[in-house]
Amino acid sequence: MPTATPVRRLRERVAQLAELVATPLVPADFVDLLDPLRSGADLRARLVRVTPETSAAVTLELKPGRSWKGHVPGQYVRIGVDVDGVRQWRAYSVTSCTATTFTLTVKAIPDGVVSNYLVRQARPGTVVQLDQATGEFVLPSPLPPKVLFVTAGSGLTPVMGMLRSTELPDVVLVHSAPGPDDVLFAAELRALDAAGRLRLVEKHTDTDGVLSTDELLALVPDLAEREAWACGPTGLLDALEAWWPTDRLHTERFRPSVLVTGEGGTVSFARTGTVVEADGATPLLDAGEAAGVLMPSGCRMGICFGCVLPLREGAVRDLRTGDITTAAIGDGVLIQTCISAAAGPCDLDV
Amino acid sequence: MTAIQKKADNPIAHLSRQDIEALGRDLDAIRERIIGSRGADDAAYIRKVIDVQRSLELASRAVLLFSLLPPAWIAGTAGLSVAKILENMEIGHNVMHGQWDWMRDPKIHSTTWEWDNATPSDMWKHSHNELHHTYTNVLGKDNDLGYGIMRVDEDQRWSPFFLGQPLYNFVNACFFQYGIAAYDLEIGRYLKGRKDKDTFTRQVKGVLGKIRKQVTRDYLVHPLLSGPSALTTLGANATANLVRNLWTHSVIMCGHFPEGVETFEKTSIEGETRGDWYVRQMLGAANISGSKAMHLMTGNLSFQIEHHLFPDLPSNRYAEIAPEVQALFARHDLAYVVGSLPTQLASAWHKVFRLALPNEFFGKNVAAAAPEQVREAA
Repeated sequence: MPTATPVRRLRERVAQLAELVATPLVPADFVDLLDPLRSGADLRARLVRVTPETSAAVTLELKPGRSWKGHVPGQYVRIGVDVDGVRQWRAYSVTSCTATTFTLTVKAIPDGVVSNYLVRQARPGTVVQLDQATGEFVLPSPLPPKVLFVTAGSGLTPVMGMLRSTELPDVVLVHSAPGPDDVLFAAELRALDAAGRLRLVEKHTDTDGVLSTDELLALVPDLAEREAWACGPTGLLDALEAWWPTDRLHTERFRPSVLVTGEGGTVSFARTGTVVEADGATPLLDAGEAAGVLMPSGCRMGICFGCVLPLREGAVRDLRTGDITTAAIGDGVLIQTCISAAAGPCDLDV
Repeated sequence: MTAIQKKADNPIAHLSRQDIEALGRDLDAIRERIIGSRGADDAAYIRKVIDVQRSLELASRAVLLFSLLPPAWIAGTAGLSVAKILENMEIGHNVMHGQWDWMRDPKIHSTTWEWDNATPSDMWKHSHNELHHTYTNVLGKDNDLGYGIMRVDEDQRWSPFFLGQPLYNFVNACFFQYGIAAYDLEIGRYLKGRKDKDTFTRQVKGVLGKIRKQVTRDYLVHPLLSGPSALTTLGANATANLVRNLWTHSVIMCGHFPEGVETFEKTSIEGETRGDWYVRQMLGAANISGSKAMHLMTGNLSFQIEHHLFPDLPSNRYAEIAPEVQALFARHDLAYVVGSLPTQLASAWHKVFRLALPNEFFGKNVAAAAPEQVREAA
């Protein structure tokens, strides 16, 4: 277009001028006072509605800033929430969306700092930090003819995102929850089941016990013909993967299982000059944060890689598997600080 | 003052080793309590101060676009002066101390903050947080004692150079931000060959880069944007910078130079325990009394004693712990030095004039020349 270039040039000039006036800050610092959700701003979202789901779960409707790129059902987002004044990042699956908003469904977990805040205290109007949606736990294209979802607790959330957005010809959902009142989206799922859009198998573990693989086969006899997506506690997923080693089974883990604790060591944060003693059970992320180091962080469960930092030198132990990772000077091995503990002296590049 | 160890009536001679360690534990307990109770209210406080400061700066600069009109000049200059003071004191100084790092907000964090001052944040953090706050008032170690150009303690050796120090201090006050930059560059050490040349060159570039940006903003772009009001806007910005410089210099002088503040010999800090360090901080600083607005405008450095005991506690909490700290001073029979701004400023300036002359000028009784110490033993 003939007018595009002069207009763009003018905008660039104005932007340069704004930078000169704003120094040592940047113009965005001032514009954020007026419109934190504008295009070009750091991605944030405003909480517009909080809807109770069960006694311990709520659905949060969020209006993302203009830089939001949308999501694929099944993906999760990381949100940064200030709880007691401290910025905390957590990952939650997107459970539905409209043209301008999307929802997250959060279940309060015991001692969960963020989940309890979101379920019991968060109010509409709050602005939270946001990252673009990410994750591989999504339906393929073309859609498989027969689908099985195996979920437990809040593991239902990514599956709900898929069910709401996609018409699947033949789908079975096996969902575990402590009791009938703890089932998320219960009314909606039971209605879908009644309408014949899916076959819902509810498993109430308080009365029926934990779902076993044999039981699953009995509940879903044509299991071998199905492509399966499973999300829930590590025990369930480990059992499924061991029992059914196939690329037709897709899993998503929400929490790490801590198997091994190492012996700990002295951790140095090279750029800040901070040095702390960390024991073998404390993630390096926690050790750094406790010492006031500005650590990048994300899901805090080893899935999002938002906390990855170069290990300049030293040894760390993966808290989930017990695997030892070592680095010599110059290696700069990237490690996930949220699931890595010191297994000797560590020197981190942060 | 004279190094505490040389005084005939050493004010800490009555403290036993147990007293000092008990004092340390009591102060640690205060610190732990505040750290444990930091929360949403504190976070809301600093965010509000930052929002107010930015809104005030924006509004003042907008009003100054019409600075040809005298009411606009007065309102804009006053607003910009206050905005610059808040930016340097309650926000910049305290954020760079790490007082707000616990919020884990990368936009309000000591590792990312840059301030409206000629000295770049990383240089300032080294000379201020590491050197001054560690070696507070240790003769020969803490260069904040006279900034290397003045004699503010009887135990600093006199030379004829110091005859001019009232003038140096006044000039330094007017151009204080450049004075801090020059001080952080450690020009004296460099000239004596005790500072690495590459480091020095890199730092000089950093300072000049910042000065260029500030000068472009205050003395070129903002005046040009003001059109017919260009010259009056330039004058307004120069005035706001001068007001900010004079104010910050005054507040900082009142922190360590008033009569009653103690200094320490270099050897005295060898093997210093945490309790000893606390005692040194207690006696090495002075507070300014005043209203809430006054405390805000000093960046709560009016609670200099509390700030020196706990440099990384959020500044909005110093007022809360001050009575407890003062009670601890009283219990251990130590002098909590506090006075109004005019009193403390007069006391500090008096010292600058007095010590421009050699000790011998006043005969043997140096103390006779010192004004009455302002002390409040609660």
